[in-house]
Amino acid sequence: MVQKLDMLVETASQTGGPYVHIGCIPTFAGLEGIYPEDLGKRAIEDGAQGEVITITGAVYDGMGWALRDAMCESWQADAKGRFPGQEGADPKVNGFARFAADGESGEFTLRTVKPGRVAMRGGGFQAPHIALWIVARGINTGLQTRIYFEDEDNSGDPLLARIEQRQRAETLIAKKTGDGLYRFDIRLQGEGETVFLDM
Amino acid sequence: MTDLGPLIPRNRAAHPAAYDPDYKTSVTRSPNLPLLSMESTLTEETGPRFGHGLLGALDNNLILNWTKGAAPAIGERILMHGRVMDELGRPVPHTLVEIWQANAGGRYRHVKDGYLAPLDPNFGGCGRTITDESGYYQFLTIRPGAYPWPNRANDWRPMHIHLSVFGHSFGQRLITQLYFEGDPLIDHCPIAATVKSRSQLDRLVAPLDMAHARPLDFLAYRFDVVLRGRRQTMFENKLEGM
Ligand SMILES: [Fe+3]
Repeated sequence: MVQKLDMLVETASQTGGPYVHIGCIPTFAGLEGIYPEDLGKRAIEDGAQGEVITITGAVYDGMGWALRDAMCESWQADAKGRFPGQEGADPKVNGFARFAADGESGEFTLRTVKPGRVAMRGGGFQAPHIALWIVARGINTGLQTRIYFEDEDNSGDPLLARIEQRQRAETLIAKKTGDGLYRFDIRLQGEGETVFLDM
Repeated sequence: MTDLGPLIPRNRAAHPAAYDPDYKTSVTRSPNLPLLSMESTLTEETGPRFGHGLLGALDNNLILNWTKGAAPAIGERILMHGRVMDELGRPVPHTLVEIWQANAGGRYRHVKDGYLAPLDPNFGGCGRTITDESGYYQFLTIRPGAYPWPNRANDWRPMHIHLSVFGHSFGQRLITQLYFEGDPLIDHCPIAATVKSRSQLDRLVAPLDMAHARPLDFLAYRFDVVLRGRRQTMFENKLEGM
C-alpha cells in the first residue's frame, strides 16, 4: 500500500448536442428576451485600441460539409497582449465572444481587435493569436484550436514551432482577404485537418 | 497577477473519445490525427469572468424565467444543485454555470426540434447562475422528459440536463450532461455510452437528494462538477534553462 493521493477526476465531457445555442446564445436560438442579454455578444466595445478585424469562416466535417449547428467561443488578449483581468488591460476588450455557424450557410463571423503578442512564463513571446473552442452535435469533447495571422511574424511562436509537419501549421493561420478581413476555416477531419490542441 | 501555475494536463481517459461509431454524428466530426499536447500558456490559464450584474433575477429559475413569473412551467418541480470544484478539491467560486434542457414532454424550444410532444407555453429551457464563495450553485427547474432521436433505429435520450461550466481559465472549459438516478434509459444511450469508464459515467448521474427537497413543493437532485486544477509549485517561475 502507498499513501492516498487526494485528487479528484475531472467530470467527463458530453456533447453540447444540436441545441447548445439554447443554453449559450438563447437569442440566436429564438429565445429572445429570456435573459437581459446573451453573454459573449461582442469581443470588443467601441473604442477598443488596435486594429479592428473581421474573421469569417466555417467548420467542415470529414465529408467537406459545413456544420450548420456549430458554436464557437473565442478568447484573446488586447492589442498589447494583455488579457482582461490583467493589469493595464484595455477595458474595451472583452476578450471573450460566442458566435455560431449560420443555420443556412454554416458561415461564422468574429469581429474583434487583432491581439498583440503574449509573454511566456519562461520568457519569450507567443505570436498574436486567438484561442478557439468549438462544440457541436457529434463533438464529444469541445475542440481547442487557435487562430494565428498570416501577416504577423509567427517565426518565434513556440506552439507553431512544435508542429512537425510544416504544412499542418498552415491550418492555424488565418488568410488575409482584404483590409482588416481574414478567412479561417476549420476542418474537423481528413484532408487539411485542423491542428487541435491539448493544453 | 500571481502565477497560479500551468493547468494540470487533461486526463483524456476521463473523457469520451472523439470517434464513437454508436454515436453516428461523431464519425465525420472527429479528428483523425492526434491532438497537439503542450503545457498551458497564459491564453489557456486566463479566462472570461462574469459578474452578477449581467444576470437577471430569474435567470436560474427555469420554472418562471420564460414567462417572467406570470405562470409556472408544467412538470415535476426540482431543485438541481451542487458544487463546482477543481481536481484538487478546491471550490471554484464566482464561475458561470449555464444549463439547457427539454420540457417535461421531452421537447426543446428550437426550430429544428419537431418531436410530437408539444411545447409548454410557460417553459423556455435555459438557465444560468454564478457559483457563490464556496463554489455552490442552484437552479429551480422541471424534470425534462426523455425523447427519441435519429441515430440507430430506436434511440432515446434519457432524461438529461445539459450543463456548461467556465472555471477561471479558458482551458477549464467544459460542457457535460446531468442524468437522473434510476433512469433505465441511461444504459441504452449511445451518447452516455461515449463515456467508457463506468465510474466516470456514474458521476454524471445525479442522486435524488431528499434532504434538500422542499415538502409540498420540489424534489432535489445533487450534481457536483470537477474542473481541471492548476499545478502550483515553488519552482514554477524559474526561467528557461535554469
Ligand atoms: Fe438534449
